[in-house]
Amino acid sequence: MSDKKYIDQATGTETVGHEWDGIEELDTPMPRWWVWTFYATIIWAIGYVILYPAIPLVNSATEGLLGWTSRGEYAKEVTAREQQLAPIRAAMVNSDINSVATNPELRTQAINGGASAFKVHCVQCHGSGAAGFAGYPNLNDDDWLWGGDLEAIEYTLVHGIRQPDHDETRFSQMPAFGRDGILQSNEIQDLVSHVRTISGDETPSAASQRGSVLYEANCAICHGPNGTGDRLQGAPNLTDRIALYGRDRASLTETITNSRYGVMPRWGQRLDPATIRMLSIYVHSLGGGETAPQPEQTAEAGESDDQS
Amino acid sequence: MTSPNQIADPEIKLYEARKSVHPQRIDGNFRRLKWAIMIVTLAIYYITPWIRWDRGPYAPNQAVLVDLANRRFYMFGIEIWPHEFYYVAGMLVMAGIGLFLVTTAVGRAWCGYACPQTVWTDLFQHVDRFVDGDRNARMRMDKAPWTASKTAKRLFKWSIYLFIAFWTGGAWIMYFADAPTLTVDFWTGQAAFVAYATVAVLTATTFIFGGFMREQVCIYMCPWPRIQAAMMDEKSLQVTYKDWRGETRASVKKAESNPGEFGDCIDCNQCVAVCPTGIDIREGPQIGCITCALCIDACDRVMEQVGRPRGLIDYITADDAEAERAGEKTPPAWKNLVRVRIFIYFGVWAAIGLAMLFALGNRTRLDLAVQHDRNPVYVQLSNGDIRNTYTAKIRNMENRPREIDIAIDGLPGATVWEGGTTRPQAQTNLRVRVSPDSVARIQLFIVAPEAGAERDEFTMTVQGVDDEAPTDTEALFFERPKG
Repeated sequence: MSDKKYIDQATGTETVGHEWDGIEELDTPMPRWWVWTFYATIIWAIGYVILYPAIPLVNSATEGLLGWTSRGEYAKEVTAREQQLAPIRAAMVNSDINSVATNPELRTQAINGGASAFKVHCVQCHGSGAAGFAGYPNLNDDDWLWGGDLEAIEYTLVHGIRQPDHDETRFSQMPAFGRDGILQSNEIQDLVSHVRTISGDETPSAASQRGSVLYEANCAICHGPNGTGDRLQGAPNLTDRIALYGRDRASLTETITNSRYGVMPRWGQRLDPATIRMLSIYVHSLGGGETAPQPEQTAEAGESDDQS
Repeated sequence: MTSPNQIADPEIKLYEARKSVHPQRIDGNFRRLKWAIMIVTLAIYYITPWIRWDRGPYAPNQAVLVDLANRRFYMFGIEIWPHEFYYVAGMLVMAGIGLFLVTTAVGRAWCGYACPQTVWTDLFQHVDRFVDGDRNARMRMDKAPWTASKTAKRLFKWSIYLFIAFWTGGAWIMYFADAPTLTVDFWTGQAAFVAYATVAVLTATTFIFGGFMREQVCIYMCPWPRIQAAMMDEKSLQVTYKDWRGETRASVKKAESNPGEFGDCIDCNQCVAVCPTGIDIREGPQIGCITCALCIDACDRVMEQVGRPRGLIDYITADDAEAERAGEKTPPAWKNLVRVRIFIYFGVWAAIGLAMLFALGNRTRLDLAVQHDRNPVYVQLSNGDIRNTYTAKIRNMENRPREIDIAIDGLPGATVWEGGTTRPQAQTNLRVRVSPDSVARIQLFIVAPEAGAERDEFTMTVQGVDDEAPTDTEALFFERPKG
């Protein structure tokens, strides 16, 4: 910049001293209030740096006089939320589960809370959509080994399945008919034919006829004379279209030969009662929940012999 | 100008102090128009939140209410939901195009008459006049030393500023909550923090912008004058000093002694004295001119006194100014309104308005949105049937509880039941009750036979159970396992 001062005649304002093809730039002075505002922001910045964490040091930053941290802010929010939820959690366990589930507000809270807890504790086995895998039940359907009403679901959650050293756990055990030599392998194949016949996967055959005799002798005591199962013993219904480990011959052969021994933790030991209650109501809300403790009877038309 | 002019040693500062503006009192047609607009706009601003409007027991009875907490916007008979925000967007577009229209036709009329900054600045300048007297008294007062009397007067004036500013902020919050309730809550300390914060901020901005910044807001802060400069054309009205008539300036006496040698301007400086932004209109069109036309009032009055025709300073278009300078006859000012650009602006503005009115008149106050649960997509039930789960959101946008029928169509053998009930309660259609002015979120389980397409299309329809029987339909899929 030249040290000579250039003044634009028309405006009486100094120019910056350059000229581009006859175009010059005026160096219009800032309004004074603008300069004041600028100083004010500087003062604000100094105060901010003193009060809040600001200057990065080797291991951390300056702490600031107010002691504010984003972690502290987060902890405060979590505490506030927990305080907000405390009365709801108390209400969850203050009355019986059926009245909690029919109270619209508590039901919504329970389903939301249950869905969150499910994603932490249950998805590992049952899947994020609660659709399960082979050996891990689908909680969306209407097939329940131990009962699908709210109380039964909550009991299962609290006491778990096949938990050792716990008298109240859900416990059932099918003999390993093949491994323990109770049935020969051809007998097991006949039995598989029978089971697939009553579930509608196969049409009756000579093998299934032989199997039905074996069924009477070995299986009917738990699974019932018609194969409809017994929830008191946790014996699955063999006539429906849902089998925990699969309805194909290989899976059924494996089940009868070696038996199965699925387990679920005793959540009563690990989770608080309110969380278990919310989980129960959430699972019940997935579409398969039952109202009565009796096995449901829904006779629907339009059955098919479709193979899956 | 090809080379800069060198001037030795001028006094240049880094910043420029504001030159105080002390507009003189004036009366005239434009001043009376300004009074009228000020009264109307301020009345609208302060009174609107207090107008009541009966909407029945399920909705607020405030005519104009922006209910942020419940996400509703009420304007007399119209209620806007968040998903209908395009009406607000449309109104903003209309406001924008309306400003284009006004600017093209009559220049910076918005700045001169209706802009809140102008209205409040005008109000504060009347306060100045009330406390300190007119222009000359105020200029003397400004220069006077800080005596007890001056201090008292200043404190009195500023407390009036503050009072006006406070009521400006106080009126604003009334648009966002029930005004009578909020007033009581505000004075008993029970209002929300945001209410107090808003009042504080608006009080501060009104106090500072109206009381002290004034024309500097227009000149330095506001983008609108700059945009307007691009939108005005040679047929836009603007306040113009007719220099071809006024120059060369001379006093009445001088002009009388040399007839024919001088123009009409007697250099009385009245136009400068009354200007609320402190400019001299005789220097030509400039960014500081908000076209409030008070200088026209002042000049007309002087011209009348000296017996010369009015309109030495007048609203005139650039084209007409050229014609007049050349001694041609100019058409009446209103003829400038009849031109293509104005018709296009007006057409677009009106089309948006009519489209919105049409949409408002035809909108259904019932809406269905359905989401198919994706995890799992389908569930096989113990008897082999397939179940799909859906989350339906039914918006009842009327201020009364409604019975709504939900029906599914195109899925043979299908039944549906609602979350919270069980399959034995399944039916071919459902009736639900939706609370007034709310969204019902309903979980729907639809079950259909296993045999069927892997992906079946069907529709879900909601219908209000009332005389109007409004409906809304959504096309959906029903999915089955492969094979």
